[in-house]
Amino acid sequence: MSLLDQEMPEVVMTPDNIRSKKFPLVQNILVAVVAFVVAAVVVLSTGIGNWVLVVVLGGVLYLAGLNFVAGRVEGKRAARNRMWQTAIYTACLLAVLPLASVVWTLISKGAERLDGDFFGSSMANIGARDANGGAYHAIIGTLEQVGIATLIAVPLGVLGAIYLTEYGRGKFATTIRFFVDVMTGIPSIVAGLFVLSFWVLVVSKWFNDGNPQYSGFAASLALTVLMLPTIVRSTEEMLRLVPGPLREGAYALGVPQWKTILNVVLPTAAPGIVTGVMLAIARAAGETAPVLLVAGGLSRINFDPFSGGQSSLALYVYQQAADASKYAPARAWTAALTLVALVLILTIAAKLLARRNKLTR
Amino acid sequence: MGDNPSRSGNHTAGDLDVTPRHARGAGSGVSPSSHEEPPIGGGGALPKKSRFSMETGFRGLSTSAGAMVLVIIVAIAIFLISKAVPAIQADHENFLTYNRWSPNEATPAFGIAVLALGTVLTSIIALVVAVPIAIGIALFLSHYAPRRLATPLGFVIDLLAAVPSVVFGLWGRDLFQEPVRDFSVWLNHYFGWIPIFGGDGPFGQSLMLGGLVLAIMVLPIVTSLSREVFQQTPGMNEEAALALGATKWEMIRTAVLPYGKPGVIAAVMLGLGRALGETIALALTLGITWEISFNLIQTGGNSIAANIANSFNEANDTGRGALIASGLVLFAITLIVNMTARAIIYRRREFRDSAA
Repeated sequence: MSLLDQEMPEVVMTPDNIRSKKFPLVQNILVAVVAFVVAAVVVLSTGIGNWVLVVVLGGVLYLAGLNFVAGRVEGKRAARNRMWQTAIYTACLLAVLPLASVVWTLISKGAERLDGDFFGSSMANIGARDANGGAYHAIIGTLEQVGIATLIAVPLGVLGAIYLTEYGRGKFATTIRFFVDVMTGIPSIVAGLFVLSFWVLVVSKWFNDGNPQYSGFAASLALTVLMLPTIVRSTEEMLRLVPGPLREGAYALGVPQWKTILNVVLPTAAPGIVTGVMLAIARAAGETAPVLLVAGGLSRINFDPFSGGQSSLALYVYQQAADASKYAPARAWTAALTLVALVLILTIAAKLLARRNKLTR
Repeated sequence: MGDNPSRSGNHTAGDLDVTPRHARGAGSGVSPSSHEEPPIGGGGALPKKSRFSMETGFRGLSTSAGAMVLVIIVAIAIFLISKAVPAIQADHENFLTYNRWSPNEATPAFGIAVLALGTVLTSIIALVVAVPIAIGIALFLSHYAPRRLATPLGFVIDLLAAVPSVVFGLWGRDLFQEPVRDFSVWLNHYFGWIPIFGGDGPFGQSLMLGGLVLAIMVLPIVTSLSREVFQQTPGMNEEAALALGATKWEMIRTAVLPYGKPGVIAAVMLGLGRALGETIALALTLGITWEISFNLIQTGGNSIAANIANSFNEANDTGRGALIASGLVLFAITLIVNMTARAIIYRRREFRDSAA
């Protein structure tokens, strides 16, 4: 005879009363229906709002009702558990809504000008009444600026990460690591202002007969400032994942440390490093503010990043958004669609590459 | 090749040098971090460690690349200050408290009062809206969603973080403005007695629109960082809570949230840093006015970064200096916010490492 049988002989142990009571799904749906009907009646009869308010009020009533009714069936704690679960699911739905809206708008509005003219011509000699005009110059600008920024930032960033993982000891390395993290948070506009006050207003005067000069290269410098910490950080994480025995094996064979790093450590970490670099490129390609300040926003085609100003896709979107012409919004949305496609392709490719990475698995 | 300059000498010297050369190579390989010490053994017959080997060169190269980060941060501060100081000296009003921006006049007068207020207000709105939702999604992804749903959804959230801010700005201005205006009119009608919802319109391009667009942009950052810390909650703690009879929510409240708290705070700070520095989205969505006002729904509002983007084109020398001065203030604010966030993360990391 068990203890329970001694104390409460009238309780018969069956699967039903051992398990705690469950709040049935039918009642759950019933509560939801009642909540939304009450909300609709209250809102629409008093005329204080439209269907949005019905949904919001219905949601609040549903949560409260659920808490109350489930509390009667399952007990207070289980009801609270249920209420929070519903709230968390709702939060998820709320976040998907704007994303869906952005994607839908991009595709529906961006498709309007998705033609050969858009990708084949610039904005030179395009007035307010001209329906054509394109982003060729901006696409060239983006590719050149991001390309140059990558050429500068990748060697610098990878070497910096090598210092942090392989050589860096003590306070100096800790300080650098801390400031790399801090640098990640520098606003893009501040990077733009820095290059403006450093390159455009001071250094570029030396090459241009004392006149400040906007250029695509200045934009690349600003993008470098933004890409560098991201690349250092991701590369450092990847290098740390390279197993120590690989290095020790190389040392044991008498390979000097720098050769070990170049021939053993870097190739092992390469897929991860490439992923980080691609994410940094995607980020840089979408930056508007620095390009706005230092590139000059030229409307004609200029292949030379070192003189005469350039535009970029992101800047083009901003310029067209600020344009009063009735044809400008269509151009802005198509350019935005192009930009998002470029950035997302890079990001998705980077993530897929990361998934195949053996180190992180 | 230059890693061992003594090699060419060794070849001409003949067989005797082969052994020492091997000994040196092994010595430097086993303890790579102690190149300065002479290799053990060999009785002085070993070749001296050369001063300029490939090893020291590479080491110096990577060290200088690492130091580059410090150089850039210091250079940012120096160059911004050097351009900002003359402009602030030319300012005929108090830079911190004046609420107009006319630095291009013969008597420049400008101040960042309105700009700083707008920056702070939009960021606060963004965080108030985004943080609870972000924590909800992070909990959903880490503890509620089945794995098959959590992975793609987390992927989508990461993609959301990659969408350029100018696209959100465009979307906020062309599309999101309508519903926000309707909501503002409704708020004004029923809650107009609260000062922040008062005013007689027009509504639409307001601090609220800017703040909500910022909220959408901050959301993915806070979500992915919070999800990471929630996933790191020790399984033992969760199982102990469940074994004591806690419901899932009670387990989250007693085990997951306290463990993740510092991480979430740091994530929020990083999101705040992002919101403070956001430029283009706000330049497109705010209705640029120069009144100091806490009204959230009337057309108006301005921010430091948005003002730089908007007034840069018509700025003269002093005007540029004034904009750089305001950028310096922004730089200082974000630097403080970011350093605080990082300090929290670092302390937490040390704590965890020492506990492990």
